[in-house]
Amino acid sequence: MKKRKTNQITRKHAFTGYLFASPWIVGFLIFGLYPIGISFYYSLCQYDILRIPQFIGLRNYEQLLFIDDYFWGSIWNTLFYTGLRVPLCIIGSLLLAVLVNNAIKGVKIFRTIFFIPSIVTGVVLSALWLWILNPQYGLINSFLAYLGIQGPLWLLDADWSKPSMVLMSLWSIGGGRMLVFLAALQGIPQHLYEVVELDGGGWWAKFRNVTIPMISPVIFLWTILEVIFSLQVFIEAYVMTKGGPLNSTLFYNLYLYNRAFEDFDMGYASALAWLLLLITLGITALQFKLSKKWVHY
Amino acid sequence: MKNTGKKISLTNISVFILLGVFALFFILPFLWIISTSLKGDAQIFTIPPQWIPYTFHWENFTKVFDRMPFLIYLKNSVFITSITIVGTVLSSSLVAYAFGCLNWPGRNGLFILILATMMLPLQVIMIPLFVLFKEFGWLNSFKPLTIPAFFGGGAFNIFLLRQFFLTIPKDLLDSARIDGCSELRIYWNIVLPLAKPALATVAILTFMFSWNDFLGPLIYLSDKTKGTLALGLGMFVGQYVTEWSILMAASLLMMLPMILIFFFFQKYFIQGFTMSGLKE
Repeated sequence: MKKRKTNQITRKHAFTGYLFASPWIVGFLIFGLYPIGISFYYSLCQYDILRIPQFIGLRNYEQLLFIDDYFWGSIWNTLFYTGLRVPLCIIGSLLLAVLVNNAIKGVKIFRTIFFIPSIVTGVVLSALWLWILNPQYGLINSFLAYLGIQGPLWLLDADWSKPSMVLMSLWSIGGGRMLVFLAALQGIPQHLYEVVELDGGGWWAKFRNVTIPMISPVIFLWTILEVIFSLQVFIEAYVMTKGGPLNSTLFYNLYLYNRAFEDFDMGYASALAWLLLLITLGITALQFKLSKKWVHY
Repeated sequence: MKNTGKKISLTNISVFILLGVFALFFILPFLWIISTSLKGDAQIFTIPPQWIPYTFHWENFTKVFDRMPFLIYLKNSVFITSITIVGTVLSSSLVAYAFGCLNWPGRNGLFILILATMMLPLQVIMIPLFVLFKEFGWLNSFKPLTIPAFFGGGAFNIFLLRQFFLTIPKDLLDSARIDGCSELRIYWNIVLPLAKPALATVAILTFMFSWNDFLGPLIYLSDKTKGTLALGLGMFVGQYVTEWSILMAASLLMMLPMILIFFFFQKYFIQGFTMSGLKE
C-alpha cells in the first residue's frame, strides 16, 4: 500500500518535472537533435535547396580534405587567429584582474573603464575598428605617425589582418573576462597568502603558488570557451574584409557561409559544419586531457 | 620599516602607470569615435588628427536617417528584441525551475545534455534550420528570429537561472507545497519574484545578443524593409565606406540603448559577465 503511494508520488513528480522542462525538450528535438541528424545526412549529399538532396556518399569530405585549398587555407587562418587570441586574452585579462584587485584609490573607476568596451560587439565593433585601423587617418596609425613610426596597413595587409582582428577582440572582451578573473581572485582565502609570506615568499611566489593554482579551474573553463568562440569567428571578417586581403581572413565560418548562402552548396557546407564540430570536440578533448597536469580542483 | 614603506609606494606607482596605459587603450577608441562622429568632412582627414571638432556637426546624426531607413530598422529591431526577451525569460525560467526546484527521474541526465549543447557550433544546425524554416514558410519574417526563444531560451540562460534557483531555501518551497500551492503558483509567486536579479541578468544578456545579432537576420531577412539595425549597419559599412563621421554616428546611435542599460543597470550587467565564470 505504502509503496504504491510513493510510486504515485514519483509519477506525479516525474510528470511535473517533464512538464516544466517540456519547452526545452520540444525545442531540443526540433531545433537541436533533428537539425544535427539531418545535417549529417546533407553532408553526404549534393544539395542546392531547390532540388531534393542527392546522396553521393563521402564525396564532399574527399573534395574538402584532398582537393579544396580554400578549406585548408581557412583552417590555417582560423587556427592562427585562435592560437594568437586565446593566450593573449587569457593572460591579458588575468593581468588586468590582478591589477584592479589592488586596493588602490580609484581602482573602481579603472574597472569601469576597462569594462565599457564589452558593451560593443558584432557589427558595431567591426564598424568602429574599421575606422580606428584606417591606415592613413585611423587612431592607431595617426598616433604612431606622431611618434615618427610608419604604422602597418592593418586590415589591408595580409600579414597584419589577423593580428588586427585579434587586437580588436582583445579591446572588446578584455574587460569582461577581467571581471570573471577578478571574481575568482576575490574568492581566494587570504590566509593562503599569509602562509607564503611566513615562508619569506615575494609576490611572484604568491602568484605562482597560490593565485594560479587556486583559480586554475576558472582559467581552464575560460580557455575552453575562448577557443570555441575563436573558432567561430565570422562577423568581423564578413563585415570588415570579406575574407581578404589574399584570403588572409577567410575564416572557417566565413568560407562555410559563402558555400552555403552564396553558392547554395548546402551539402558541401554541411560537411564543413560537421568537420568543424569534430575539430571543436577534438581540441576540447585534448584540453581536458592536458588539464590534469595543471588544473587543481 | 622605512624601507618597506618605500617599496610599497614604488609598486603602487608602477601599478598605477600600468593601469593608466590600459585605461588609455580601452577609453581612447571611444573618445576618438565620439570625436569623429561630430566632425565635418574636412576635419576627419587631417594629420595630425584633432580631438576637438572646430564646430560640432550634430547633423551627422540626422544624416544617418538619409543613408538608411533607420526608423524602420529600429522598429524591427525593437520588435524582434522584445519578443525574444519575453520568450527567453519565460521559457528559460520555467525549464530552470524543473532542474533547480523539482526532483524527477532523468533530471540529471537531461541537465548534462543541456550543458553539452553549449558546445555545439551554431553552424552545424544553421543549414537544416534554414531549410526547415523555408518549409514552414517563415523566411523573410521575424518568426525564425523570435519563436525559437520560446523553446528553452538557450542552454546558458537555463544554466544561469538554475544556479540561482538552487540558492533559494528548499524549506520555503516545501512549506508552500504543504499549504497546497501548485508548482505553477510556486514558480510564479515565490521563485520568480525572488529571482528578479538573475532574471534581469538573463534579460540583459538576451538583449545584447538579439540587438546585435547579425548572422540570423542576414540569413533569414532578405527583404530590405524587414532589416534590423545590425543588418543595416553592416550594409552601410559596405556602401558608404568613406563617410566615416556618419558611420560613427550610426554606430553610436545603435549602441545607445546598450550604453543606457550599462549605466542604469550596471550591477546586473556585470553580474551577467561574472556569474558565467563562477560555474563549476
